[in-house]
Amino acid sequence: MRPDLPWLAIVWNDPVNLMSYVTYVFQTVFGYPKSKAEKLMLDVHHKGRAVVASGTREEMERDVQILHGYGLWATVQQDKA
Amino acid sequence: MNGNFAPAPGGGVALRLDAGEVAILRSLVSQLMGLVEPPETHDDPLARAVGISASAATPADPVLARLFPDAYPEDPEAAGEFRRYTEGQLREGKRADAAVVLETANPGEAVLDAEQARAWLRSLNDVRLALGVRLEVTEDTHEEIARMSEDDPRYPVFVTYDWLTFLQDSLVRALW
Repeated sequence: MRPDLPWLAIVWNDPVNLMSYVTYVFQTVFGYPKSKAEKLMLDVHHKGRAVVASGTREEMERDVQILHGYGLWATVQQDKA
Repeated sequence: MNGNFAPAPGGGVALRLDAGEVAILRSLVSQLMGLVEPPETHDDPLARAVGISASAATPADPVLARLFPDAYPEDPEAAGEFRRYTEGQLREGKRADAAVVLETANPGEAVLDAEQARAWLRSLNDVRLALGVRLEVTEDTHEEIARMSEDDPRYPVFVTYDWLTFLQDSLVRALW
């Protein structure tokens, strides 16, 4: 996470995407280790959503496009914090 | 082999399907291909050349709205701009993934390379998303299917959905 860059990629929970698949996508798309990918997947599952990446608006739009390619329900927003 | 997929040397997977499984997969993936039409071409040749779509509207079909979700749920203008620049490429990607499945889904055993395996993974997910939206799947669906009577008219399609879930999970585990 880079707190100086205020745009976020968010993944939302849905009843179709498998826990194993979502973990695999986070590993593949972001290069996260399995432990971090699993933690993010569980956040999505239990809290309904999770911030999966942060950066410039362009970087987050690129990430969200890739996540849409994998069928994840992903959105972009500016960090309100 | 645990399920239909097993790890293969070089990062790929070994795949084993029987004729019935191939028929179901081909039917569903072909239907997906029919639903995800090629992107509309823009009247402006420059826009066409760089892949900008003419339409910025959220698709009316809930399946397409799920396959191509709004990237900015609270900002329709930004969502429309994002869609104009991305939906065409996403459509082409999903159609290319489906084409890989249709080429490689044959009765018997085969080996998929890592790229083909990821195309399978995404396409199985697209088919499950499409069915999931049509069937109004919830977190409890897996347990409901286990309790569902075989006489229930929804039984065959729910069992198919459950089988696709198993197939996709088997593929993820073979790729890990």
